[in-house]
Amino acid sequence: MSNPSVIRESRVSRTAVMALMLLLAVYFLLPVYFLVVAATKPQGDLAATNGLVFSHFNLFENLRVLFTRSDGVFGRWALNTVVYAVLGAAVGTLISALCGYALAKFPFRGREVLFSVVLGGVLVPTTALALPLFLLFSATGLVNTYFAVFLPSIVSPFGVYLARVFANASVPQELIESARLDGAGEFRTFFSVAFRLMTPALVTIFLFQFVAIWNNFFLPMVMLQKESLFPITLGLYEWNGQTARAPLLQQSVITGSLVSIVPVIIVFVLLQRFWRTGLAAGSLK
Amino acid sequence: MTDTAARATSVVAPTRVRRRLRGGGPRAGTVAAFLTPFFLPFLLFYLVPVGYALWQSLRVVRRTGGQYGTSYTAFGGFEQYAQVLRNTEFWSSIGRIGLFGVVQVPVMLFVALVIALLLDTPLLKLKAFFRITAFMPYAVPGVIAAIMWSYLYSPQLSPVVDLLNGIGLKPDFLGPGAVLWSTANVSTWLWTGYNMLIMFSALQSIPQELYEAAKIDGASNWTIAWRVKVPIIAPSIVLTSVFSIIGTLQLYAEPAVLRQISSNISSTFTPNMLAYTVASGNNYQQAAAISVVIAVITFVLSFGFMRLTSKRAGL
Repeated sequence: MSNPSVIRESRVSRTAVMALMLLLAVYFLLPVYFLVVAATKPQGDLAATNGLVFSHFNLFENLRVLFTRSDGVFGRWALNTVVYAVLGAAVGTLISALCGYALAKFPFRGREVLFSVVLGGVLVPTTALALPLFLLFSATGLVNTYFAVFLPSIVSPFGVYLARVFANASVPQELIESARLDGAGEFRTFFSVAFRLMTPALVTIFLFQFVAIWNNFFLPMVMLQKESLFPITLGLYEWNGQTARAPLLQQSVITGSLVSIVPVIIVFVLLQRFWRTGLAAGSLK
Repeated sequence: MTDTAARATSVVAPTRVRRRLRGGGPRAGTVAAFLTPFFLPFLLFYLVPVGYALWQSLRVVRRTGGQYGTSYTAFGGFEQYAQVLRNTEFWSSIGRIGLFGVVQVPVMLFVALVIALLLDTPLLKLKAFFRITAFMPYAVPGVIAAIMWSYLYSPQLSPVVDLLNGIGLKPDFLGPGAVLWSTANVSTWLWTGYNMLIMFSALQSIPQELYEAAKIDGASNWTIAWRVKVPIIAPSIVLTSVFSIIGTLQLYAEPAVLRQISSNISSTFTPNMLAYTVASGNNYQQAAAISVVIAVITFVLSFGFMRLTSKRAGL
């Protein structure tokens, strides 16, 4: 269209749209930017200097203090977080995949009933489970152990739901049949044929479960008293609560927050396409 | 909320039941070997706790022989529930979270929708940058997001407070009236991008030809966005609304962190904080009843919202 008023209108709206999006980008980036700036400052500069402007570069000293404070407990928390969230999500993805695949591909009695039970589980808010789990675990002596957080975290009904959807969509029945004709057992077929075809889907399931565990603050908070078992979130929460009495902790809370979110943000951005697959599958199927 | 949020997907999704001929499948033992690794922990860590919470909520603690007698638990019917419903702290936490939800959820979803629509028009450049920027907070757990924002709210440290003081405003983000909205802001920051991505994925799956007719008729991008795109992705908008309602009712970590720096957040600020506080006082039966009531309210609201919107829009 060569109508000049249309062109002008579109230039005005382009500018307006860009301005709006930049404003929103500032909003989303502001806390992270503040954290980056604050993590590079010495404690004394936090209140004394403008929070958005770099002052004395003290990041490496802050990191040293962070990782040596209380006998290096932060490193321990980081390791615990990897155990809970990365290992937990990996185990969870594997068992969801096995179950979802079986629910999609094996004809057996009661299959739909089992699937409905899983869907019901999808609706149970995890926070509602934490308190009764605490009571059950304290009766069995599991409270205040790795298992208290790890075991409930591997269960993801939503993962099973996604695995079933993806197995139906990406594993052709003929391939399974021909693997069977070649004499492969069911597990062999699953790991050599289905697993490979489902890999993108499994990454998506892994990511969802990782976030669920990484975000689940209530469960470790209810289950754990021993500091050495904390995930990062609970550890930073405890430190943050002590800053009124020990103001020097503030800098470690800030540096610790930055250290723990940066790797996750990078991985998320690199794996973006898997989110979109998962969200599309979840909302459109 | 992620998990619950993502989980709710399945509510909307009709299961595809594919009937196949019986027989020809693997032996029962093999099927069980595939299912057990999930179903055993699912039974132990999902179904049993749900049952246990329901059972607990029907019990009461009684004492033999007055205040100093030994205590024992007994069946109490709906006594715990009656107590929950009489508890004014319970109702004020529900009221607070209701107000939060009525304001925060529409604002967040509107912003998410606007971003998704703009990312889907030819009007915008740097799309990948904006998409990633909006989604990035999703990688940050609620606790850490609340810690970050608490520094931006704190009168001693915040550059935002400095800035606003500089132009003559005297903001008090942690004051009695404002702290609820400061909490809402943390949730908005965390979840806008996630909701945006759900809507954006839906927009991307609309075939372009659908817009052609509208364009030939001379419809502007604006008209196409609100008259064509929004109605098509309405199911996704409903979905994100349901996620958000569920997430709001589960709110715990963010207000718990802000409570560390603001005396205006009580230990019973949200229903889940109330449940935790009651449980800390060893009143597990009452805490279980509160948890059950929250879960029931969540179900009712989610399903109610879906029914309402699907009737209205004929989805």
